[in-house]
Amino acid sequence: MPYLLLLPGMLWLIIFFILPLVNLAETSTKTRAASQETGEFIQTWRFANYLDAFKEYQPQFTRSFIYALLATLLALAIAYPLAYAIAFKSGKYKNILLILVIAPFFTSFLLRTIAWKQILGAEGPVVFVLRSLHLIGPDTTITATSFAVVMGMTYNFLPFMTLPIYASLDRIDPRLLEASGDLYSNGVTTFRKVTFPLSMPGVVAGTLLTFIPAAGDYVNAAILGNPTTKMIGNVIDSRFFRIVDYPTAAALSFTLMATILILVTIYIRRSGTDELV
Amino acid sequence: MREVSRWFSRNLIRIYAALAFIYLFIPVAYTMAFSFNDSGKRNLIWQGFTLKNWANPCGAPEVCTALGNSLKIGVISTLIATILGTMIAFALGRYNFRGRSSTNLIIFLPMATPEIVLGASLLAMFLNLGINPGFWPTVIAHIMFCISFVVVTVKARVASLDPKLEEAARDLYANEYQTFRRVTFPLVLPGIAAAALLAFSLSFDDFIITNFNSGTVTTFPKFVWISSARGVPAQANVIGSAMFLIALIIVVAGQFAGNARAKRNR
Repeated sequence: MPYLLLLPGMLWLIIFFILPLVNLAETSTKTRAASQETGEFIQTWRFANYLDAFKEYQPQFTRSFIYALLATLLALAIAYPLAYAIAFKSGKYKNILLILVIAPFFTSFLLRTIAWKQILGAEGPVVFVLRSLHLIGPDTTITATSFAVVMGMTYNFLPFMTLPIYASLDRIDPRLLEASGDLYSNGVTTFRKVTFPLSMPGVVAGTLLTFIPAAGDYVNAAILGNPTTKMIGNVIDSRFFRIVDYPTAAALSFTLMATILILVTIYIRRSGTDELV
Repeated sequence: MREVSRWFSRNLIRIYAALAFIYLFIPVAYTMAFSFNDSGKRNLIWQGFTLKNWANPCGAPEVCTALGNSLKIGVISTLIATILGTMIAFALGRYNFRGRSSTNLIIFLPMATPEIVLGASLLAMFLNLGINPGFWPTVIAHIMFCISFVVVTVKARVASLDPKLEEAARDLYANEYQTFRRVTFPLVLPGIAAAALLAFSLSFDDFIITNFNSGTVTTFPKFVWISSARGVPAQANVIGSAMFLIALIIVVAGQFAGNARAKRNR
């Protein structure tokens, strides 16, 4: 009985997720065919493709992980107090506030990212005010900087961080917090010894749901960045579509995925949460 | 002065939360405001208030074709992904079987894989098989990445069911089918509805995977992306704002319906 329930969905995932990954792995060691025709590649098991790709795009790799890490930390710093306020300080407005956290999702994220570009752009209100106050020079911009890219990613993944943290905070039995108070610990100690450890599963889930898509993202870098803020996603995208160099794109995709999986595994082990699904 | 600072420190976290909400809503407000902009083709600078974009949301070329494609892809993918995912969720929530941990892994992996890898690998396979990217390849891709999210959402609901309710039904001589139809399914239904809503919004808003697999078919996010090079027309803002309002109404109505039901049952 369980196998019958599993069959169609698992087949779908095996055919359209696992097999493409196998195929991608196979593509990653191909080389350009002698005919030099675009899109023609032959299998030569050239594992050096990985080394070449990594060497050539090492800055973009490093940048992707640094940006993703910064965005994750910033999102955590914004989302944790927000989730805490919704879980413990919102009273009867709790459900409304939760809906408000998800609500921005419903406007296309591309429209919102483009809105940031215009708000922060050279003709936008923020730059105008800062220039009038002489806080920035007449040539300084906010968009087309790494700051704007990280800010955009922080913004786009903020609900992914807030919701799991809220869920784990909301599950905490208020009696535990009372007990901690009764044992003469002050607010800070209660938070450090009781609330925060109990919210760890939410923090782990939230940081993963932010870090993983952020590391592979190229939309924020393309809209809010400049050529020197390119991430690995931008490279994979252009290798695929503009340069039609499937082996390099495949090798880069695999390196990205493997790096993320290794980091995620270490992180989950160290944080001591195992049931993720 | 002391009063003020005390009020401030007591409400610090509320102020912080309010600032976070402002941050969340600045671009939404901007998008909505510029849906009323009396702009030409390039909706970059405020030119004056007008309702004509709302009166004629399909005014920009291609925008409604793209919206229609997004809705079609969203509905088909949501339907199939919700059915397949719910079946898996029941299997995982109800049965112990061999291969459980590998099943869990295959469910988890698509969520831990960056979208660009999902999109690129699927496109590479389609190209190898001689399948041209387009409408159906996009639907296939959307179903693939929605299944995991459906499983996680529905499984949580299945796991939280009180087994006593089903026992009670069986004690009252309901057979397996009746128990499922009258007890289990209605109890899990809110979880399935939430999963479907999630799947639809993931599908509707997806850009990266769609961009890889859609070929010449334009979806709404793809339309925004393509037109962003020259300036997004105000009609796109109208559609974005309208989607926002419609979704908000659905969610709030669902909330009220849930509250009302909870009150009746008390």
